Amino acid sequence: MPEPAVLTLRGISKRFGAVQALKDFDLEVHAGEVVALVGDNGAGKSTAVKSIAGVNPPDEGVIEWEGRAVSINRPHDAQNLGIATVYQDLALCDNLDVVGNLFLGRELRRLGVLDEVRMEQRSRELLNTLSIRIPSVRIPVASLSGGQRQTVAIARSLIGDPKVVILDEPTAALGVEQTAEVLDLVERLREHGLGTILISHNMVDVMAVADRIAVMRLGRNNGFFDKRSTTTEEIISAITGATDSAVTRRQARKREEER
Amino acid sequence: MRRDRAPGDSAAQEPAPDAVPAVDSRLLVREEGIRGYLGEFRRKLRSGELGSLPVVVAVIIIWTVFGSLDSTFLSAQNLSDLSQQIVGTGMIAVGIVFVLLLGEIDLSVGSVSGLCAAIFAVLNVLNGMNQWLALLVALVGGAAVGLIQGFFFAKVGVPAFVVTLAGNLAWNGLMLQVLGTSGTVNIPSESIVSKLYSTIFHSPAAAYVTAAVGVGLFLAASLLDARRRRTARVPYRPVAEIVLRTVVIAAIAFVTAYILNQYQGLPLALLIFLIVLVILDFVLRRTTYGRRIFAVGGNIEGARRAGISVPFVRMSVFSICGFMAAVGGIFLAGQIQSASQTSGGGNLLMNVIAAAVIGGTSLFGGRGSVWSALLGALVIGSIQSGMNIMGVSNAVQFMITGSVLLAAVVVDSLSRRSQKAAGRA
Ligand SMILES: Nc1ncnc2c1ncn2[C@@H]1O[C@H](COP(=O)(O)OP(=O)(O)O)[C@@H](O)[C@H]1O
Ligand SMILES: [Mg+2]
Repeated sequence: MPEPAVLTLRGISKRFGAVQALKDFDLEVHAGEVVALVGDNGAGKSTAVKSIAGVNPPDEGVIEWEGRAVSINRPHDAQNLGIATVYQDLALCDNLDVVGNLFLGRELRRLGVLDEVRMEQRSRELLNTLSIRIPSVRIPVASLSGGQRQTVAIARSLIGDPKVVILDEPTAALGVEQTAEVLDLVERLREHGLGTILISHNMVDVMAVADRIAVMRLGRNNGFFDKRSTTTEEIISAITGATDSAVTRRQARKREEER
Repeated sequence: MRRDRAPGDSAAQEPAPDAVPAVDSRLLVREEGIRGYLGEFRRKLRSGELGSLPVVVAVIIIWTVFGSLDSTFLSAQNLSDLSQQIVGTGMIAVGIVFVLLLGEIDLSVGSVSGLCAAIFAVLNVLNGMNQWLALLVALVGGAAVGLIQGFFFAKVGVPAFVVTLAGNLAWNGLMLQVLGTSGTVNIPSESIVSKLYSTIFHSPAAAYVTAAVGVGLFLAASLLDARRRRTARVPYRPVAEIVLRTVVIAAIAFVTAYILNQYQGLPLALLIFLIVLVILDFVLRRTTYGRRIFAVGGNIEGARRAGISVPFVRMSVFSICGFMAAVGGIFLAGQIQSASQTSGGGNLLMNVIAAAVIGGTSLFGGRGSVWSALLGALVIGSIQSGMNIMGVSNAVQFMITGSVLLAAVVVDSLSRRSQKAAGRA
């Protein structure tokens, strides 16, 4: 990558009581790049995401934004920098329409009154540029399919013009057709120059859209893979720990030395 | 909610040829004209989006039945009286609508309304406080009571129905305390509270001008909105449709004005009620604050993540409910020209909750409108008025009102179920 990373994590650690959820975790995200974050259940993927999103600030380590060290202590800090997060439970308001959900918490106003016209206009533009297919922007999101709801949630994260978007298991609950819709959208995020962190369990999805794959194991990095020069088997063995990467070898050695 | 196509505005509908259309044209695009309306109507019925339809049907049935049983029911005098009688219940029901939108309930509004009436009566009549000041204290008192209950719900985390059930008893006790040994305080007919209820604008012009202003504002707002939408290239209501809607509203407004004028004219209480409804409807649908109430009622976690302060919304809504209970209590006191130990008791609580739910506001939160308070109060008021004319006993009236509430809740539950089945809840 010629340009510097938008978001860089260096040596992030996070401990919950007796659980070392993250240890010396590194990650880089560039503009126009999809980084898949994969790992077994409990590997620390969500914890990593929450430390970037300001939900659970890390205990140690450095977060750099466009080459400059920043501290992200609250969700607000992350949003202000330009980091948008779509959590696994989408947290959409079923009774509100698509426009209402897209602008929830940052409604456009005109003379103190909701500016429905401009919000609807911007919603349509946004959905159009992302080629998101929704029956109407004025129907309650309750009547949308799972995939459409996911795309609305992702579109909503883009309202504030973020530079990095984090998607936590966006396809976990979706069928084939709907998964395809969401993966299409992820590719469009890349086309629009956004950096995307995609958390997924599904190797097929990961190999379909990711540029780079960061494997986590037991709260640590267990290798970075370039999509073009790796295989699904290689990644799965890194996830399961069947083959230790150089990184884990080094870490294991350090631990030995510490004892 | 606008689901209609913008005719003659292809750009809003069809994106640039190389882009994939964002709007899937198979769905929810309404045909134009009457046929479109009927189609949409059938779709809504099937998916359980009943809105105010059941209550409008209920009003028609109730009026037909009572009207055919006794011709005095549909007389100008009885309908005029009805328009005044529903105001007290309706005002309290508006507060209940706000609380129901959060998916909560307030069981204390009856007691709060009685308490606030007693506060006014004791301060003004017994202690000679300026009547406007006494009125202000009573209303602020209602808001404060609501805020206290909201605090225990939102900040302490006690379920709302428990807090307000406790409040129901406690505020009733406080009212008895305030009334003290006097028991009943009569409110003179020249008092502001009596006048709020009993004033009637006798000039026929008052009712007609009010109707004209209301219809005019609706038409102007609709046309302006359509024009802005058209310039912004988003779907808008065609002029023909706006005219049709305006005609329907004008018919209702002017027939009402005509009937009122056949008796004594436009009651001040009704006018105030309508103004309150218009203002609060605006607050709910057109302001950020209203949007937050719907959001909290729809998904608490979603609202929180969107940066909405859920405790603030909850406390303020309970405060609004307390305030509206006070307003309703004042009108009820003006109606009987007294505040007594029975104020706010009896089946008032049942009636206001019934009114809100019958009017079409869901018990499950997130769906409803303040106009339910008007429609629901009209149903409850009509049943009571009709049964009084027929000489039906209180015992039977209670049973019938209870059944009507149950029916409304059943409709709400069933419509929610079919909405779920149709993927709309
Ligand atoms: N808030 C928390 N309190 C205590 N332990 C936690 C908390 N969040 C995560 N953990 C623990 O941290 C580890 C990593 O969890 P998580 O990041 O959710 O994994 P993943 O998302 O990769 O499945 C797990 O062992 C989990 O139990
Ligand atoms: Mg997780």
